[in-house]
Amino acid sequence: MRVRDDRSAQGRGGSGSPRAQVHGTAGSQGRTCAAAAGGVTGEPTPIASRETHCHLVAGLRNARWDPPQWTSPKQQNGPTRGSATLLGYTAKAGSDTAALAQPPPPPPPRAPTSPGSVKVGAVPNRRLGSVRGVPVSSPPGRRARLSYPGTGRSSSEAREELRRRLMGLIEGNRVMIFSKSYCPHSARIKDLFSSLGVECNILELDQVDDGANVQEVLSEITNQRTVPNIFVNKVHMGGCDRTFQAHQSGLLQKLLQEDSAYEYDLIVIGGGSGGLACAQEAAILGKKVMVLDFVVPTPQGTSWGLGGTCVNVGCVPKKLMHQAALLGQALKDSRKFGWEYSHQVKHNWETMIEAIQNHIGSLNWGYRLSLREKAVTYVNSYGEFVEHHKIKATNRKGQETYYTAGKFVLATGQRPRYLGIPGDKEYCITSDDLFSLPYCPGKTLVVGASYVALECGGFLAGIGLDVTIMVRSVLLRGFDQEMAEKVASYMEQHGVKFLRKFVPVMVQQLEKGSPGKLKVVAKSTEGPETIEEIYNTVLLAIGRASCTRRIGLEKIGVKVNEKSGKIPVNDAEQTNVPYVYAVGDILEGKLELTPIAIQAGKLLARRLFAGSLEKCDYVNVPTTVFAPLEYGCCGLSEEKAIEVHKKENLEVYHTFFWPLEWTVAGRDNNTCYAKIICNKFDNDRVIGFHVLGPNAGEITQGFAAAMKCGLTKQQLDDTIGIHPTCGEVFTTLEITKSSGLDITQKGC
Amino acid sequence: MAAMAAAMAAALPGAGGRFRWRIGAAAAAAAAAGGVRGAARRAAAGRQNYDLLVIGGGSGGLACAKEAAQLGKKVAVVDYVEPSPRGTRWGLGGTCVNVGCIPKKLMHQAALLGGMVRDAPHYGWALQPVPHNWTTMAEAVQNHVKSLNWGHRVQLQDRKVMYFNIKASFVDAHTICGVSKGGKETLLSAEHIVIATGGRPRYPTHIEGALEYGITSDDLFWLKESPGKTLVVGASYVALECAGFLTGLGLDTTVMIRSIPLRGFDQQMSSLVTEYMASQGTRFLRGCTPSRVRRLPDGQLQVTWEDLSSGKEDMGTFNTVLWAIGRIPETRSLNLEKAGVHTSPTSQKILVDAQETTSVPHIYAIGDVAEGRPELTPTAIMAGKLLAQRLCGQSSDVMDYDNVPTTVFTPLEYGCVGLSEEEAVARHGEEHVEVYHAYYKPLEFTVAERDASQCYIKMVCLQKPPQLVLGLHFLGPNAGEVTQGFALGIK
Repeated sequence: MRVRDDRSAQGRGGSGSPRAQVHGTAGSQGRTCAAAAGGVTGEPTPIASRETHCHLVAGLRNARWDPPQWTSPKQQNGPTRGSATLLGYTAKAGSDTAALAQPPPPPPPRAPTSPGSVKVGAVPNRRLGSVRGVPVSSPPGRRARLSYPGTGRSSSEAREELRRRLMGLIEGNRVMIFSKSYCPHSARIKDLFSSLGVECNILELDQVDDGANVQEVLSEITNQRTVPNIFVNKVHMGGCDRTFQAHQSGLLQKLLQEDSAYEYDLIVIGGGSGGLACAQEAAILGKKVMVLDFVVPTPQGTSWGLGGTCVNVGCVPKKLMHQAALLGQALKDSRKFGWEYSHQVKHNWETMIEAIQNHIGSLNWGYRLSLREKAVTYVNSYGEFVEHHKIKATNRKGQETYYTAGKFVLATGQRPRYLGIPGDKEYCITSDDLFSLPYCPGKTLVVGASYVALECGGFLAGIGLDVTIMVRSVLLRGFDQEMAEKVASYMEQHGVKFLRKFVPVMVQQLEKGSPGKLKVVAKSTEGPETIEEIYNTVLLAIGRASCTRRIGLEKIGVKVNEKSGKIPVNDAEQTNVPYVYAVGDILEGKLELTPIAIQAGKLLARRLFAGSLEKCDYVNVPTTVFAPLEYGCCGLSEEKAIEVHKKENLEVYHTFFWPLEWTVAGRDNNTCYAKIICNKFDNDRVIGFHVLGPNAGEITQGFAAAMKCGLTKQQLDDTIGIHPTCGEVFTTLEITKSSGLDITQKGC
Repeated sequence: MAAMAAAMAAALPGAGGRFRWRIGAAAAAAAAAGGVRGAARRAAAGRQNYDLLVIGGGSGGLACAKEAAQLGKKVAVVDYVEPSPRGTRWGLGGTCVNVGCIPKKLMHQAALLGGMVRDAPHYGWALQPVPHNWTTMAEAVQNHVKSLNWGHRVQLQDRKVMYFNIKASFVDAHTICGVSKGGKETLLSAEHIVIATGGRPRYPTHIEGALEYGITSDDLFWLKESPGKTLVVGASYVALECAGFLTGLGLDTTVMIRSIPLRGFDQQMSSLVTEYMASQGTRFLRGCTPSRVRRLPDGQLQVTWEDLSSGKEDMGTFNTVLWAIGRIPETRSLNLEKAGVHTSPTSQKILVDAQETTSVPHIYAIGDVAEGRPELTPTAIMAGKLLAQRLCGQSSDVMDYDNVPTTVFTPLEYGCVGLSEEEAVARHGEEHVEVYHAYYKPLEFTVAERDASQCYIKMVCLQKPPQLVLGLHFLGPNAGEVTQGFALGIK
């Protein structure tokens, strides 16, 4: 399952800073607050929040904050949309001709640098309100940077970026005014638009860091040095006088009433974590947005509702089943702690599935509701590009509808792979099926060494099933291998069988049933040896394939990596086709994690529609593998660290630890393990953090935040532990790996 | 009773874990008193000399002693557990190990497991409600504690630290006289002396029957039998933690609070903590103060209390009354005046400077016995280590007592670091403080149909960008684990 966040960050008007969360941990929720669910100002909003699953809701509590200009997203949303519609902003359905008549718009701001944040002028301005609204719900400390993000950039590059950014503002806003806050002419212009009831974006050049540069670049674009400098529907109006002339002649009104070329500002393909986050954010920013989501049923016929992998067949059900398995362990522990029962406790699969599916059902519903509230059009159809800016949506009944949009975001995610051997699609299941399987899978073979394989194998064994995991080569590829082996060794000690260096070659059904009986023939990867075994269920967890092949990308020329099916994008999530962006698991070279997709989606929407500059940061993203013994990590694996920094420049501190709760429970000593990797030549900075133990997700979250802040070994040592916890072990790490000293724990 | 106590004492020879009733305690006290008189006579016993002498074998003292020994000093630790009024005593390791964090967290875990047992059916485990057996738990917890006592002994031995199980008092500024349980005296002198004697629970001695019939946290963790229906008096975190796990173990538990719970902690968080406890079945008697405890013929305790707002008296019967009204420093029997060490007249704690030095330059105090220090194990440990390093010339770093993270292990755990909202407002002014906050629902609560009304997180910052974080408060499962990493950020 991917470790992904979902809704929690949906609502997170929160820190715009690109820190991902360890999904499914309470800590992750600590970083979220929902712009969406209200409670932007004023008192806590417990009721709203409690209804929405694991999201953190509510934002800033400060009655002292003077809110007049800082309208909440909720307030903005209605009125803004309303006024836009009133002015004929919405396009007629199926205005293909208009789409064709328009050339594809020039590339939007690619690597936006900043002319500064858009400021509110004297005129009440709703659209602006929405721009300003962002900080209201996000910790202002994390606002988009106001100056150039990269300092080492050459001036011509910076200039070019500024130019692109200004073009972005001009193209992205119906009315764009460059003004100065003290300029009387500017004030007159603002009054004019205000009296017309037209929303406009205003950039006060005297209130941004690089106003002079902006003015210079503007004069290059428009041949006009003075302010105000006004654009309406991308047309340069000129200054104050010319705009008033245009108003008198009716030209201004005509320009304002011109239809937008496309039906939608944005169409998002894929209703998963990333897509929904992007769509909702764009809608909050007043844009007309559509989400296309369609779940192609699995070969076994399983399908599900809105929300994507994480909610339906990923993190959420995975963590809940993991919890079911942990409770099984807790039951065993509980006797040692005095809870008395004699009978053997059995696990009932159906009860668990029903409870989990009920929860998922409520989440699906919550998403639908949330889209409706934000006036995002949701279409349960399969989207496919047919030409530039135009998409065909096919519903379950095969009915086709066409839609156009100015910008597109691809967020189709991935689906489990099959082996391509006889019997795989007919008889095997994948994680797409497991979480809603109506019957207990019984004796199960899990094929694969991904975290999906270990997590599923782990919780199935935890609820008492006979589980074998068949691994072709390395476990948890890409993760720290020492940790991976420890994860597996714990599982092995707790009853999971591992078949290493074997691959299945055939699956044959011996008996139908729920579950039936399957014969699996597997072959050694090292020799001619084959083995045969009978299982009730075969679960394939050998990797995931991107859903990018059948969405018509070739029609509009979006580049796809032929081999991986992934989509290459620049650091602003833009594909080679300028108006097409992509987020989430389908990105080439990026992380397949829910919180990252959400963060990327949200920031993308803000860059596209709110003049934000902030890009998603894919570095030091924490994650946790919810194997029976949880493994949390952030930063580099030891292998990667050695590859990047050379072994002699690193110091690795490590120790086993024995959680206090395990002592009385009589659970294994010298199993839980903590490791940090420090760069000796950078102040002993922590570049890798690894923890194997209970609640690893919760532990990792905070340390990941610390790593973002440049955590060093000294800072760890200076931190006081919280006693007695597992996390405190990181404040007392003394033994280096290079010393070779014994790290086993004796007694206490 | 006495027979039972004797039987227990016989069954548990050797290291800690004895639980004696008053007869035993009185005898021990008498022996101790004799010993002090003996010291006063200054018998010309052979005096032993050390580089460093640590009085008190708790977390801070042991950390300091071990560190100094590691750095090559000749070190001795003297430790003596004065039995509680109910006769409970224990082994080496101090409050945390014996009657504090460790048994507390384990009993908290027992209670959490009870919650998990109740959650389990929602996750498919076919299980009926199950009863809890105190004796099984207590034995397991006590056995673990004893293994820790043993571990500390071994560690001292490994590091060549001399250990004396004697009760120490100062003879002069460089010498202490120690009296063993049997009344034997030992004179020890040292160049540097560290006082790390900690504190013990306070009894409300003005209340009739309090000392006679009540117990404290010093006894609770060593009870062999379930305390039954319990009245916990006090509003400290000790009170709430104990009441929390007692409730979680299925006992009828009432907390009597005179004024506010968790004084010094963020009050919004504290009210959420008690709100959750109440939802889990803990009863709260607020604005009440007990006036007497009497023993009924059936052995139950009848407690009379006054409702401070109405002035009315009320009454209830309990099996156990647990006092958790605060702790007093262990300074009285040290004869500090002989060494010239000054204490605070109000708190009786030892006055220290940033270097942990007392009014006498070569005498230091760390941990709960030192004035103005947080009463937390990890701070005592770190302070002890740093002190040893300074004494050995290894480093000049002094302990930073700011922004120490801590967690209250109430049924819903409360982790915090930095300032409470009240403190932030008091220091910086309301208009300069910004608070971000949110309620949340842990994923695991959904399927278990648990109420998450009190799962809440709050961040207190300065209003002015870059909005420096002053305090972080987290209420929810695993708060300790969650808070640890974030504490670094605040630091």
